[in-house]
Amino acid sequence: MAAGTTLEPMTRATAENFAARELETAGEEFSLVVERHRPQIFRFLLASTRDMDLAETLTQECFLKAHRNWGSFRGESSAMTWLMRIAINLQKDHWRNRRMQFWRHTQTNSVDLDEAGEWLASGESSAEKQLLAREQVGHVWAAVKGLSERQRTVFLLRYVEEQELSEIARATGLSEGTVKAHLSRAVGRVRAELGVRQ
Amino acid sequence: MSLMGSGENKREQRVGGFHEMGDMDKKIEPGAAGEQELEQALKNFRLSVVAWSDAAYSRPRTAAQVVRHRSWRLAAGWALGCALVAGGLSGAGYERHHRQEVARIAAERAAEQQRMVREREGLLREEQAKAEEEDLLAKVDSDVSREVPSAMEPLAQLMAEDERK
Repeated sequence: MAAGTTLEPMTRATAENFAARELETAGEEFSLVVERHRPQIFRFLLASTRDMDLAETLTQECFLKAHRNWGSFRGESSAMTWLMRIAINLQKDHWRNRRMQFWRHTQTNSVDLDEAGEWLASGESSAEKQLLAREQVGHVWAAVKGLSERQRTVFLLRYVEEQELSEIARATGLSEGTVKAHLSRAVGRVRAELGVRQ
Repeated sequence: MSLMGSGENKREQRVGGFHEMGDMDKKIEPGAAGEQELEQALKNFRLSVVAWSDAAYSRPRTAAQVVRHRSWRLAAGWALGCALVAGGLSGAGYERHHRQEVARIAAERAAEQQRMVREREGLLREEQAKAEEEDLLAKVDSDVSREVPSAMEPLAQLMAEDERK
């Protein structure tokens, strides 16, 4: 400690200022997390539900829940993994509630597979390649539709979000072995849909 | 060549990726057309989802429409709820009134029966009292007629004869 400097006792006002500054910092941190990860969470939920409105609602719920629990986030996993875990649980709850609330309109707003498969990256050069790509995407969507909820989640996290197996295991709460098994089955299904021999 | 996509170095460098998986453990030959097709399909799928998600993420929102849709559903829900509550309340009220009415009729019937029983008992008691009174009078008559002193016996016989005449 430098000579002549004294530590002032923390008064109530300085403690409040400190707490306010901490809150502000936490708020700024959370804003950054939202800005960085929101598109990815939305993409995962959109691919899972094929429903834009639902994906948007669940994304909002995910960040609302994350904001409420931001204080308890200890950074044991990455913020993305933590958010993805919340999103997966919300999605699960949604489907469970939907099954329970059978009197509510049973039709979902999910787009059909053809519509989902219409989207292509603008990089394809020829019309022939575009057609082929569209066909392939359609086949993958058809395979994804036939997957169980867990298989679909694991498959999307791996091949759309490009997550590591360990990250997927943390986000889903499954062991890595189980993740591999689900993934293997999902890829087998895609392979079968494409008519590809192993 | 791995299934990760040739242009995606980041994925190819991963340790915990496809190479760990059971059915992907074997090295894929560069000429394996089927695997290339699978790889291409998965890549196209990812790009398609990304393109769709980007477009959906930046689309103009139709909040008013959603709100109206929800408010319509909310109103329908409230109306149905109110109807159910009103139905339940009126049903409960009717049930209560019906029970009260049945209880009142039963009480009236019981009172009527009691009244009839009381009347019958009164009549019986009256008849019994009358009979008892007559018996008593007859007994008194016979007692009085027999209680004649022995000294008066000849006179009583005379009176009886006189009456016979």
